[in-house]
Amino acid sequence: MLDPAGEATRAAAARLGVGGLRKLRIGKAIDLELEADDRATAQSQLELLSDRLFANPVIENWSLELLENSGELPA
Amino acid sequence: MSIGIVVFPGSNCDRDVRWALEGCLGLPTRFLWHGQADLGDVDAVVIPGGFSYGDYLRCGAIARFAPLLTAVREFAAAGGPVLGICNGFQVLTEMGLLPGALTRNARLHFICEPAPLLVHPGNCGWLGAYGEGERIVLPIAHGEGRYQCEPDQLAALEANGQVVLRYASNPNGSVGDVAGITNAQGNVLGLMPHPERAADPSTGGLDGQRLLTSLRAWVS
Repeated sequence: MLDPAGEATRAAAARLGVGGLRKLRIGKAIDLELEADDRATAQSQLELLSDRLFANPVIENWSLELLENSGELPA
Repeated sequence: MSIGIVVFPGSNCDRDVRWALEGCLGLPTRFLWHGQADLGDVDAVVIPGGFSYGDYLRCGAIARFAPLLTAVREFAAAGGPVLGICNGFQVLTEMGLLPGALTRNARLHFICEPAPLLVHPGNCGWLGAYGEGERIVLPIAHGEGRYQCEPDQLAALEANGQVVLRYASNPNGSVGDVAGITNAQGNVLGLMPHPERAADPSTGGLDGQRLLTSLRAWVS
């Protein structure tokens, strides 16, 4: 999908003198905490959220990966 | 006759739509608050432009879950006339009542200008008063009006005659010059241009009047 904001930022990077950027895409970060009884429930709830709310599947692709012992997100 | 105008937090063309319908054209209207669960006895529904729920997440993404829109979905399924203008078009695509999506304009600018359009009415009830291939001018005012869908989806829309409004000079990068589309039944129309801003003789540009007055013959 065309990302005009990413393209504009890439053009600005070139003006700053960094011309080697082959790709620069700008997106959103969603930080959430979810309580669920078990992993399968959490997985299905996150899939529902991703498919029906966070992403618009018409224009966006998404994938979900649950990491073991991931703990706190890096700052 | 009564025409329901949906009001979300952040709608800003709701009163313009009321002025065009009621003040200029004598069609009675009623505001429908997003939190209510039923439409009452309205004969048509207009989802106006603006920035529903601040356009947070994506344009129309939060509005889709408003209680009122469950009733709008049922009304549309029963063949009721539904018109989504600008942000209203974005809401209709997020709801899945119309295919595709509206994304950031190709050159990033918010575009506010008169847009020459070509009308291909097909079976769309809202456009029955326009001739095939008729050229009209309606104002556009949007930052996220670039219509996007898969090529096979666009081909299907075109084959079905659902691309009912095209830009004569594509301002935003929409695929197929799409400015407005209808559903297969022709009762739901979504368009980025603003017909309600082309209905008042005192401000000039009257090409939007026939779109709004089409309801008289349609629902009577």
